Amino acid sequence: MAHIAEHYTAYHPRWLRPHISTYWWLRKRSYFAFILREVSSVFVAWSVVYLLLIVYAVGQGAVQYQELLEWSRQPWVVIVNVSSLLLVGFHAVTWFNLAPQALVVRFGHTHLPGSFISLSNYAAWVAVSAIVAWIVIGG
Amino acid sequence: MTKQIKLQVARYRPEQESEPAFDEYEVPCHSDWVVLDGLNHVKDQIDGTLSYRWSCRMGICGSCGMTVNGEPKLTCATFLDDYAPGPVRVEPLRNFPVIRDLVVDLGDFMQKLVRVKPWIVRSVEKPLAAGEYLQSPEEMDEYKQFSMCINCMLCYSACPIYGLDPKFIGPAAIALAQRYNLDSRDEGAAERLEILSEHEGIWGCTFVGECTKVCPKNVNPAGAIQRYKLNAALESVKSFFLPRGA
Repeated sequence: MAHIAEHYTAYHPRWLRPHISTYWWLRKRSYFAFILREVSSVFVAWSVVYLLLIVYAVGQGAVQYQELLEWSRQPWVVIVNVSSLLLVGFHAVTWFNLAPQALVVRFGHTHLPGSFISLSNYAAWVAVSAIVAWIVIGG
Repeated sequence: MTKQIKLQVARYRPEQESEPAFDEYEVPCHSDWVVLDGLNHVKDQIDGTLSYRWSCRMGICGSCGMTVNGEPKLTCATFLDDYAPGPVRVEPLRNFPVIRDLVVDLGDFMQKLVRVKPWIVRSVEKPLAAGEYLQSPEEMDEYKQFSMCINCMLCYSACPIYGLDPKFIGPAAIALAQRYNLDSRDEGAAERLEILSEHEGIWGCTFVGECTKVCPKNVNPAGAIQRYKLNAALESVKSFFLPRGA
C-alpha cells in the first residue's frame, strides 16, 4: 500500500484548491481581449476629459484654444490620443457586438436577428460620425 | 494494428501527494472513441485507481466535464481522433476544488443554484380541478434555450470571474433563473431579482463571454446575464420614478 500522507484522514480529505496565476489573462486570446476592453475604459475616460478640455478652451477664446493645440503637439499627448482613438474604437465595437446579447426584440411572432441589432448600432455610429464630421469640417 | 494515442491524465491522490501529477497512458484511438472511452479503457485495462465522473455517455447528464487540452469539454462528446497524434491532456474542471484525480467538488454551485429558486414560483396555486397551466409554443420558445442547461459546469470552469471571485453566483445559475423568469407560468421574477441584483449576482459578470462559447447545449448564459442586467436596470429606473408601483 502506498505511503499514507501525514494528517490525512478519510473523513477530512484535503481538497486541492489550485492557485490562479496573476497572468491568467494571457492564457487565452479571448481573456486577453476581455482585459484589453476593460483597460480601454481608461482611454474612454481620457477621451471625455480631452473633449471637455477642447470645449473649455474654445469657450475661453482663440488664445487659449491655440495654447491647447500647442500643448497637444507634445509627442506623449499625440501618443496618448492616437492610442485613445484606437482603443475607443475597439471599446465601441465590443459593445456593439454585445448589444444583441442584451437586447431581444420581438417582431410579431419572431425575434429580430442579432445581426440586425448590431448592424443598427453600426449604422447609427456611421450616421452620427458623418453629422459630426459635416459640422466640424464642412459646417 | 489499432492507432494509439497518449493520454496525459492529472492525478491527485490526497492520501499520497499534496500536488497533482500527470500519469501517461497509451489508449486505442478508434475513430468513434471519445475522451471518456479512453478514460474508461484506462480504468478497465490499465489503472483501476483512476477516479472520474461519468454516467450517460450522450451529453445529457453533464457528469463528465473535464479540461481537455486546456479547454472545458464534455469528455463524452470530445473525440480522441480530433487530437491525433496527441498527446491529450486531461485535467479536472478549473475553478473548483479537486477531491481526487478528475473529480471536483460542486457543492458551491449546488448551494447557489437553490438560492435563485430554479422552479416555478406562484403566489397562489390553482386548485387541481382548475386544470393545468396552459402555454403556447411561442411562450415556450421564450425560455426553451435556457432550459437546455445540464449543469455540466463547463461555463464555471471557463469563467475567470468565478475563478477570481468564488462568491459570484455564476453563469449556469443565472441562466436557470432567467429560464424561470421567462416562463409564462412563473411569478417569481421579483424574488429572484433580489438575489441576483446583489454584487455577486448579475453585476459580478463583466462579459468575458467564454461561458457561452464552451456551453455544449448552446444555452448562451452570457446572453441571459446581459438580458438580466438590462431588466434589472429598467426595474431600478421604474422604481425610482414610480416608487409606489405603476
